[in-house]
Amino acid sequence: MKWTIEVGRYDRTAGDGRGEVRSYPPPYENAPQRRYQTFEVDLPDHAMVLDALIAIREYQDESLVVRCACRSAICGSCGMWINGAARLACITKLREVARDGKVTVEAPPSMPVVRDLVWDMTPFWQKNRAVLPWLENKEPVPQGEEYRVPNAAMENLIQEVSCISCGVCVMDCESFAVNPDFLGPAALAKAYRYVADPRDAKTHERLGRYSQPNGVWDCTHCYECVAKCPKGVAPMEQILKIRKLAVEAGYRNNSGTRHAVAFAESVAHSGRLNELTLMPKSFGLFNIRAQLQSLPAAFNMLRAGKLPPLLHPKVPHVERIKAIFKKVGGMFSS
Amino acid sequence: MIVDHDVIVLGAGLAGMRAALEAARNGVNVAVVSKVHPVRSHSGAAQGGINAALAPGDSWEIHAFDTIKGSDYLADQDAVEIMTREAPQDIIELEHMGVIFYRDEEGKLGTRAFGGASKARTYFVGDITGQALLYTLYDQLLKAGVKVYEECFATALYMAGGECRGVTAIDMLSGELNLIRAKAVIIASGGAGRLYEPSTNALICTGDGIALAYRAGAPLMDMEMVQYHPTTLKGSGFLMTEAARGEGAYLLNKDGERFMQRYAPKMMELASRDVVSRAETIEIAEGRGIDGNVLLDLRHLGRDVILTKLPQIHEIALDFLGIDMITDPVPVRPGMHYMMGGIRTDVHGATSIPGLYAAGECACVSVHGGNRLGANSLLDTLVFGRRSGRAAAEYVRRTSPTATGEDFLAAEQRRIADLMARPYAGETHARLRLELGTLMDAKVGVYRNEEGLMEALTGVHELKRRYGLVAVGDKGRIYNQALTFVLELGYLLDCAEAVIHGALTRKESRGAQARTDFPQRNDAEWLKHILITHNDGGPPRIDFQPVTITKWQPQERTY
Repeated sequence: MKWTIEVGRYDRTAGDGRGEVRSYPPPYENAPQRRYQTFEVDLPDHAMVLDALIAIREYQDESLVVRCACRSAICGSCGMWINGAARLACITKLREVARDGKVTVEAPPSMPVVRDLVWDMTPFWQKNRAVLPWLENKEPVPQGEEYRVPNAAMENLIQEVSCISCGVCVMDCESFAVNPDFLGPAALAKAYRYVADPRDAKTHERLGRYSQPNGVWDCTHCYECVAKCPKGVAPMEQILKIRKLAVEAGYRNNSGTRHAVAFAESVAHSGRLNELTLMPKSFGLFNIRAQLQSLPAAFNMLRAGKLPPLLHPKVPHVERIKAIFKKVGGMFSS
Repeated sequence: MIVDHDVIVLGAGLAGMRAALEAARNGVNVAVVSKVHPVRSHSGAAQGGINAALAPGDSWEIHAFDTIKGSDYLADQDAVEIMTREAPQDIIELEHMGVIFYRDEEGKLGTRAFGGASKARTYFVGDITGQALLYTLYDQLLKAGVKVYEECFATALYMAGGECRGVTAIDMLSGELNLIRAKAVIIASGGAGRLYEPSTNALICTGDGIALAYRAGAPLMDMEMVQYHPTTLKGSGFLMTEAARGEGAYLLNKDGERFMQRYAPKMMELASRDVVSRAETIEIAEGRGIDGNVLLDLRHLGRDVILTKLPQIHEIALDFLGIDMITDPVPVRPGMHYMMGGIRTDVHGATSIPGLYAAGECACVSVHGGNRLGANSLLDTLVFGRRSGRAAAEYVRRTSPTATGEDFLAAEQRRIADLMARPYAGETHARLRLELGTLMDAKVGVYRNEEGLMEALTGVHELKRRYGLVAVGDKGRIYNQALTFVLELGYLLDCAEAVIHGALTRKESRGAQARTDFPQRNDAEWLKHILITHNDGGPPRIDFQPVTITKWQPQERTY
């Protein structure tokens, strides 16, 4: 079968702006411009995007640069943008993504590009390092034998251990897009792997560390990482697990926890969200600086007619909602 | 740029990272140089598990015997004894590092059965054991703060006064060729799977370290011993782990017969890999295959076992063949998988060159002899990675640093520049690599004979000639993969020559070397290792070394 592969070419040393101007969606308007080049390849119906890229690199243009090693979603090298979405090229079938036989591949605009499809993973590895991803052994370390732990506790970690560090989850993470310092889904999934390891001695310290700014509370639940992870790691779910454990461990003095508490309190009280009190409560009532900083946004909302009503009536039969809270239990049940 | 360390480790798979960790623990300044980020290394693709005689009723002696029998008596028994004796402590150490090994009901480490093993002694994490180990070791490397030169491609060993004193390497991100000096170098750069097409190996397995050591004068040993794995996926050649058969999967021919009963009535599908691969080749050759394959049938294992213990191969078969192994058998064939041979080392990882050590698949201690048992390779990387890390650390204490190397670096820079400047003359690295791989698979595969091997040798010589005409099709400075592919092809051609010379020399059938013209094992003449030493401008020098036999006298090998 004939396929048309359009590749976003780029060379950091040669600079950018060499090709047609295509706009990336916000907030990537300023990502460096690629030079789009089209190749025709003849490959079977079941071929993968990576097969096409290798065929081009080997027989049409040796200067096309793409990282790959295992070709079967084990090494994690070939994460890239395919038709504008993060994917692993080695397990993306051409026929699944082609539109009229054409597929567009490029380095993700969310990442610093080195050359063609190779992007700079240095920040990715730095964030991995930042979660202190190693076992801090619980004492006493058993002498000459293994820690006795239930198999279920080990199986519980297989999902996170399955991560191949391809970076696909980070590429399209909505929170990372606006805050490049966000630790991000991959590093935080790794963080959970050690939080939940019964052999680790630093669980409490870890939960405190991950609750800090740029940590678990910076996730906005967009589900991009869950949808796009090629290995089923579901990083967002691991982030939510860390949040729950952190709150239970007493790490509540942060805007994330306050936001969740304010949210729940409002719903428990009136059956609805009181958006007027939500932000002040999330920032902390005495955090005047943050409150002032949010004024421009409030003003813009006012201008757009999006300001919440000043009066906040309860929904009818709010006692039924209270009953739900009671039944669910936890910190909001009383 | 020139930088200095006490020890550098070339390669960041399991052997390399374990070596680096041990060197760091011994208080020397160690750095890792790898052409890919450590977690991209091919150790991550090991699926099934890692062997150790740890469970009650098992012993290192039984493990050693299985290994020696598996090796067709070519393994050195002192080395096997060390590996199998030290295996339990390495497994425990891995567990303490954080590997999430499978547990039994009591919360203790649990095992699965594997090929060629008389006891279930394979410890595992689902079917991603290699990945789980690789990441755990990387985490430990971060914890220890070991310096890693990622995406640095080695072009030569720096030799001074007959000692190995560093490597030159291209930093892919800057395009610069640097000299990384050291008092000792540990090569842990893996095998040369890309010598064959198809192969289960990743595209990065190009024998770099083997060829670099060979060119520097270190003898290669038992290079003819190339393992074909019995279950590689039809077409793409991806690995379907032996754990599938360990969990009870059947091999069927086109008549639905479990044909292994005719070849290995006792062990059936779990006979040694060389035995099963030969059986499959015969079935296919005699017309009982299906389209050049046999069938791996897991259906009777049931959905739960497949999805919890073999999820990765379930996914791979689905992705690449569209076959769901829960409901349908999977077509498989023998495919090149592993090199038992490599750089000759002693049990401390030392090669014959002072300051040069080797561990893992690139090395030949020899613990695998003519045929490696499944789940012994991960063990090999850890035991001998650790031992070479310690030995290199001890060595550097007795050695003073070299303060030269500028001339060597300049000469190497000129060599690369000349290569880059070579004009296009119709030859490309990709075409040559494909021709080489196809030739090796056809003539130096499961079955071999004099005529085919001579054809292969002539073919490789011709490919070497044409290699001199290959141009680098990318003139860019940074991340120039065309350049590294050309250099890799050079490494592969050197490895190919050594493999073929070994196979031609060994006039018997033993382990992975099955000669149709010499179908019997011949202990009287060939119970010995074949050493191949590089000889500038001529055919390599061939030497022999006796096999170390301690307790286990060679016997007839049946499964």
